[in-house]
Amino acid sequence: MLSVQNLHVSYGAIAALKGISFNVPAGTVVTLIGANGAGKTTTLRTISGLVKASSGNVMFQDTDITNRPSHEIVKRGLCQSPEGRMIFPGLTVRENLMMGAYLRNDRKGIEQDMEYGFSIFPRLKERMKQAGGTLSGGEQQMLAIARALMSKPKLLLLDEPSLGIAPLLVKLIFEKITEINRDLGMTILLVEQNAHMALNVASYAYVLETGEITLEGPAKDLASNEEVQKAYLGM
Amino acid sequence: MSEFLQQVINGLSLGAIYALIALGYTMIYGVLRFINFAHGDVFMVGAYIGFYAFPKLQPLLGDGYGTAVAVLLAAMIGCGLLGVTIERLAYRPLRSRPKLTVLITAIGISLFLEYTGQLPVVFGADYKTFPTLIPETTYTLFGGVSIGSTQILVFVVALALMAALRVVVLRTKIGTAMRAVSMNMNAASLMGININRVISFTFFLGSSLAGAGAVLYAISYPKINPLMGILPGLKAFVAAVLGGIGNIAGATLGGFLIGTAETMTAGYISPSYRDAIVFGILILILILKPSGLLGKGGAEKV
Repeated sequence: MLSVQNLHVSYGAIAALKGISFNVPAGTVVTLIGANGAGKTTTLRTISGLVKASSGNVMFQDTDITNRPSHEIVKRGLCQSPEGRMIFPGLTVRENLMMGAYLRNDRKGIEQDMEYGFSIFPRLKERMKQAGGTLSGGEQQMLAIARALMSKPKLLLLDEPSLGIAPLLVKLIFEKITEINRDLGMTILLVEQNAHMALNVASYAYVLETGEITLEGPAKDLASNEEVQKAYLGM
Repeated sequence: MSEFLQQVINGLSLGAIYALIALGYTMIYGVLRFINFAHGDVFMVGAYIGFYAFPKLQPLLGDGYGTAVAVLLAAMIGCGLLGVTIERLAYRPLRSRPKLTVLITAIGISLFLEYTGQLPVVFGADYKTFPTLIPETTYTLFGGVSIGSTQILVFVVALALMAALRVVVLRTKIGTAMRAVSMNMNAASLMGININRVISFTFFLGSSLAGAGAVLYAISYPKINPLMGILPGLKAFVAAVLGGIGNIAGATLGGFLIGTAETMTAGYISPSYRDAIVFGILILILILKPSGLLGKGGAEKV
């Protein structure tokens, strides 16, 4: 569904991505793990069109979407829940979700999908009329994921859903990621520092180190790989 | 007492016009985080659009409110399109540059409009007399306080536009998108929102309110010239800062306060101090509460 080919990105003179390639097949959960500063967020921002690639390609459903404007990429069915959640603090939970559905006009479908969001994260329904900025970090993360789902994407990009969230909620959110993949058959590209959690939900994984992919394989194999265990799993 | 009430009425009617202009400053600041210093000159162009539209519209619509409304709409649409054009040509290419660059460009656009407007082939430097759109009648209220039909028109139009703006910003999809863009531009584009379109829309709305303000100002003070936008523009900017820049309710409140303060000063102290008091308020607010009356804290470079 998504194929990234030899992607190079630099910020000024600093090369953030030095030619990475990876694939996300339809219906799967693929994870990109790596330490802080490895280039994970840059990868997702480039796929979504927020950062310009200097060379290489991003192919989505056999269409080249490299360096297209973000809103066009969303229209094609690729939506991101960004790092740091980036919910709209002054909009209510409901308004935040409606912004997720910005490109849609099917009132009924929007309401249905909002109900689906509430069914996986009932907490959001309770807080529907509250301003997004008043939610806790974990609730904001739920909102960010639910909001991304509102565009009915074919591919969902999740950037560090575990960042700055209580461990219990992290567990819940990862359960929900599995649920979304299973219930909706949604393809998910998950970027995580929490390698343990990520390798648990993903079927295939890539390890990103200072802008290069150093290791890849089925998530189970990587979880038992000695290097990965030492570097990312703290074993 | 009746003199005081009279001053309040006069002040609020002037303030309503400042509020309309201030809304444009604050909305544009909200999405782009810079002060559009050309806004007062867009206002000036609005007065000229009204001036030139009137003789074309009056034979079609006759005397009375039909023509007045049509002149108002012409100025609103004209200014709206002018605002969109300015953003498209002058500000958008500088979107990723430092804010100071855009700010200086805005001052450049301001001077461009002021001095191009003075060319004989454009508006000319001399004063022109704005046509009388509605017959002036004065109604005496209680205790000798009077209100003119022009003032009534100013109130009705200004309040109706403010109410309409509120509905657009709070209740519509594009209004919610405007608020979303002002909170987090990147996140908004990740929702599929076309940022450029929302910014154009914001410029259209803000500039069209300046156009409406211009017609209301010109029927209240019928001498117009290409430099007429400078002072009302600056005062409306003070109003936006007083209310809290970026805050729509604040701009309205600030407009009414500045208008009243100015009229009161002219009435009770001396007309020579009317401008001084407005800019005195700006200095005070910047020292005491830089975020404005309704604004939230946080430093922001202009």
